[in-house]
Amino acid sequence: MTTTTLHGGPSNVKARKATNILMLALCSMGAAVAIAALGLVLVYLVTNGIQSMSIGMLIHSANVMDPAQDGLKNAIVGTLILIGTASIIGLPIGILGGVYQVEASGKFASTVRFLTDVLNSIPSIVIGIFVYILVVVPVSKYANAHHLTNVSGYSAFAGGVALAILMIPTIMRTTEEILRLVPVALREGSLALGATRWRTMFSIVLPAAKSGIITGVMLALARIAGETAPLLFTAFGNNVFSTKLFQPIDSLPWSIFINATQPGVDSEAKAHAGALILILLIFSMSLITRYATRKSFMEDK
Amino acid sequence: MANIVAQSKNQLPTAPPAAPVPLKSLTDSSNKSLVGDRVYTGVIFAASLTVLAIIFGIVVLMFKAALPSITKFGVPFFFTSTWDPNKQIFGALPFIFGTLYSSFWALLLAIPVSLGAAIFLSEMAPKWLRTPVGFLIELLAAIPSIVYGIWGVFVMSPWINQHIERPIHDNHTLAQVILFQAQPQGSDMLAASLILAIMVTPYITAVSRDILRAIPRVVRDGSYALGATQWETISGVVLPYARAGIIGAVILGLGRALGETMAVTMVIGNSGNGLNLSLFAPGYTMASIIANEFAEASIEIYRAALIEIGLVLFLVTMIVNGFARVLVAYTAKDINSGGGRK
Amino acid sequence: MTTTAKVHTQTRSLSSAASSKTDTEAPLLNAMDISDLDFYYGKSHALHKIKMPIPKQRVTALIGPSGCGKSTFLRTLNRMNDHIDGAKVEGNVTLDGQDIYARGVDVVELRKRVGMVFQKPNPFPMSIYDNIAYGPRIHGVRNRKVLDELVERCLRGAALWDEVSGDLKRSAFSLSGGQQQRLCIARVLAVEPEVILMDEPCSALDPNSTFRIEQLIEDLASKYTIVIVTHNMQQAARVSHYTGFFLRGDLREYGQTSKIFTNPDDAETEAYVSGRFG
Repeated sequence: MTTTTLHGGPSNVKARKATNILMLALCSMGAAVAIAALGLVLVYLVTNGIQSMSIGMLIHSANVMDPAQDGLKNAIVGTLILIGTASIIGLPIGILGGVYQVEASGKFASTVRFLTDVLNSIPSIVIGIFVYILVVVPVSKYANAHHLTNVSGYSAFAGGVALAILMIPTIMRTTEEILRLVPVALREGSLALGATRWRTMFSIVLPAAKSGIITGVMLALARIAGETAPLLFTAFGNNVFSTKLFQPIDSLPWSIFINATQPGVDSEAKAHAGALILILLIFSMSLITRYATRKSFMEDK
Repeated sequence: MANIVAQSKNQLPTAPPAAPVPLKSLTDSSNKSLVGDRVYTGVIFAASLTVLAIIFGIVVLMFKAALPSITKFGVPFFFTSTWDPNKQIFGALPFIFGTLYSSFWALLLAIPVSLGAAIFLSEMAPKWLRTPVGFLIELLAAIPSIVYGIWGVFVMSPWINQHIERPIHDNHTLAQVILFQAQPQGSDMLAASLILAIMVTPYITAVSRDILRAIPRVVRDGSYALGATQWETISGVVLPYARAGIIGAVILGLGRALGETMAVTMVIGNSGNGLNLSLFAPGYTMASIIANEFAEASIEIYRAALIEIGLVLFLVTMIVNGFARVLVAYTAKDINSGGGRK
Repeated sequence: MTTTAKVHTQTRSLSSAASSKTDTEAPLLNAMDISDLDFYYGKSHALHKIKMPIPKQRVTALIGPSGCGKSTFLRTLNRMNDHIDGAKVEGNVTLDGQDIYARGVDVVELRKRVGMVFQKPNPFPMSIYDNIAYGPRIHGVRNRKVLDELVERCLRGAALWDEVSGDLKRSAFSLSGGQQQRLCIARVLAVEPEVILMDEPCSALDPNSTFRIEQLIEDLASKYTIVIVTHNMQQAARVSHYTGFFLRGDLREYGQTSKIFTNPDDAETEAYVSGRFG
C-alpha cells in the first residue's frame, strides 16, 4: 500500500489524486451553476410569460382604464420604431467608420479604434444622460420659448439617438473585422482595372462582406432592443399609442419596467408578457442571423 | 504554325483601330477620379470622427451640466452622505459605497463560478460538450438587464428572503454578525450582489476561456511529462501563465458591474442611509440613484448633482475598462510571443 | 546521365525555342521606358537603378529566381505598389513619354492603359458578363448593346467565347482555373489597355491551360504590349521577344530573348539560364 517517492519519502499520490478530482469537480460545478442560473431565468420567463400572454396583449394598446382592453401593442411598435430610428442614424456612421478603419492606417486610425472600445464600455445610463442634455433639453427649451404646450422634449428621436450611440462601436468593430476577411486579390483586381478606391469598396469589397455585416448589424440590434436605461430620460414611455418621432414613445423594456414596479396582478401579467415577447424578439434575431449566415458562408466556398 | 491555327479559331469580329489614337495625357482627367476618392476619404473620416465627437461631447456637456453641483459641493461631495433634495444638500458617499460594495460581493461570488466554468470549457470538456456549454453561458449575456430585473424582483429576492435571510436572521448567533444585522426586507444588497454576479459571469468566463485556450499545448505537456495531475498542471502552470489576462477578465467584469443599472435598481431597495455594511440592508448604487431620481429632479442643483454622479460613473468605468483591456492585451501578446515570464 | 549533359540538352531546347522569336526589325517605339528606378519597401532597398525599355507590341519577359524583385518591378509599372505602406519609388518610369510618377498623374487613367493579370485568378463574385463589364461600366459605358458587343469581343480575344457564350450569366466561379484566368485576361482587355502586365499568370494552372494561355499571349502580342513575369524559363523562351534577367534587385542583363538564352553576356545570367541555380 505504501509507495515511496523518488526521494524515499512517503508518497502522497492518493491525496494528490483526490485533490485533483475534487478541484475538477468544483470547476464543472462552476459551469453547471452558470447554466442553472440561465435555466432558472428562462424557465421563469417562459412559464409566466405564456400564462400572461393572450392575443389581446398583442393587438391592444395600453389601456389604464380597462384591463380587458389592455395590451402591449404600443410597446412593441415603439420598440420597432426605436430600433429603426437608431439604425438610420447608427448604421451609416458605424459601417462607414468601419470602412475607414480598413482603408486608413496610422496613429489616428488606432486612436479611433481605442476610443471605439472606450465608447463601448460606457454605461448606457450615462449615454442616456448625455442624449438628454444634447437633445431633450434644447428641444424642451425651444418648445417653451415658442409656447408649444404638448412638446416635452422627450421623444422617440432622442431615444433613437441614444440607441444609435450604443450601436456605433459594435457595428464599427464587426464591419472592420469582416472587411479584413475579404481577400486582397479581389480589391487588387478591381484597382488594377482602374477603379477608384470608393468604387472598389462599394462595388466589390462591401458586397463580398455583405452577410458578415448583416450578422453584425442584427446582433447589435438585438442588443439595443433590450436596453432600458438609455430610454429613461429620452424616449420616456407613453401610455398613448404614438408613432410620432418627436413625442415620447413606449417600448418593451420601458413597459416591462413600469409594469413590474407597480402593484397589481394585471401589471405583473403585462410585465411577464412583455418580457417574453422581448426575449423572443432578441433570441430570434440573434439565432436566425447566425443560422442563416452559417449556410451562406459555406455556399460561397 | 500553332499561331495560325489559333488565330483562325478566334477571329475577332472587329479589330481595334490600327492608327494610333491621340493619347490622353495622364494628367488630363485627373479631376474626376481624384475628386471622387477625395470625397470618399472625407466621408469615412467624418464617420470615424463621430466617435471622437461623442466622447468629447459626453465629457464636455456633462461637465457643464454638473458644474453647479461641482462648484457648490466641491470635493466633500464624495465624502458626505446627506442626500436631501428638499434642503438641496447633496453628498454622494452612499452611492459610491453602494456601487463598490455590491461590485465587491458580486465579484466574490462570480469569480469562482466564472473561473471554474472557464477551466471546464478550456481544459476539461470533451469537444462535443464545449460548443453547447459555451453557447449557453454566452446566452446569459444576451438576456437584457430589465429581464434579470423582473426575475430578481419576482423570484430571486423572495426566495433568498425566505430561504436564506430569514433563517439566518432568526438564528441569534448568526444575526450578530455585522453582515447579517439588518431586518431582511427582500430588496437589499445581497439580492443586488447576487444578480450582478450572474450578469457578470458570462463576460469573465468568455474572456478567461479565450486566454486559457490561447496558451500553447507544450506548456501543459511539460507539466504532465513530469507526472503532474491535471489540477496541478492547471493551478501550477496554466493559471500562473495566464494570470495577468485573468485578472484583466475579472476587472472587465468589474467594469460591467459598475455600470449595471436596471436589474440593480429593481432589487437593491433604494432606501435607507446607504452606508450599512449588512447584506440584508437596502442600499443604492450610482447608477440606481440616477435611474430612480433623475426624472423627478426638477431643481437645477438636484439635477446637477445627479449628473455629477453620472460623470463620476463615466470616468470610473472608463479607467477600469481601460486597465482591463491593457491587461488582456498584454497577456495575449505575451502568449503569442511564446514567453511566460513566470 | 551526367549533369553537364543534362545542362546542354536544356540549353539547346531553350535556344531552339528562343530562336523562333528573333526580332529582325527593331521596334520603332517603346511603350514604356524605365530608367534609374530605385524601389524601397520601408528600409529595404528592393530594386537598384533599373534601366530597361518595354518595346511596343512585343512580349517582354522578366525572369529570375524567387525574391529577385521581378514582381515588385512589374507592380511599379502600374503603380500597384502605391497601396503598400512604406513603398517608395525613385527614378523614372514613363508611358509613351509621360512620367507616370509625376505630380497630378491620374492613377485611374494609368491603370486603364496599363492593365494587370495576377498570379492566382481573381474573378469577382459575379457573373461572367458582369466581370467583364465591370471595367467599362466604371469608366462610363452604360449602353447595353455596346457592353454586349464589348463582352463578346473580349471573350473572343481571350479565347474563351466558344466555351462560355452559352450562358454568360453563370457565376465566374463555375469556371475552371484556366478558364478563370482567361476571364481575368478578358476583363483586362475590356478596358482597352495599351500594355498588359502579367504576373506569373500560369503558375497556378495545369499544363493544358498553360499552353492555351501561352497561345493567347502570342495572339495578343500583335495588338498589345505585354510584360510577363515568369519563373518558367521555357515559357519565357517560348513566348517572349525580349527578356530581362533579375537577380537580387538588379537587372543583370536585358536583350533579345534569343541572345539571352543562347549567348548571354553576363556570367550570372548564363548560370541561371543553364539551370545551375534558381
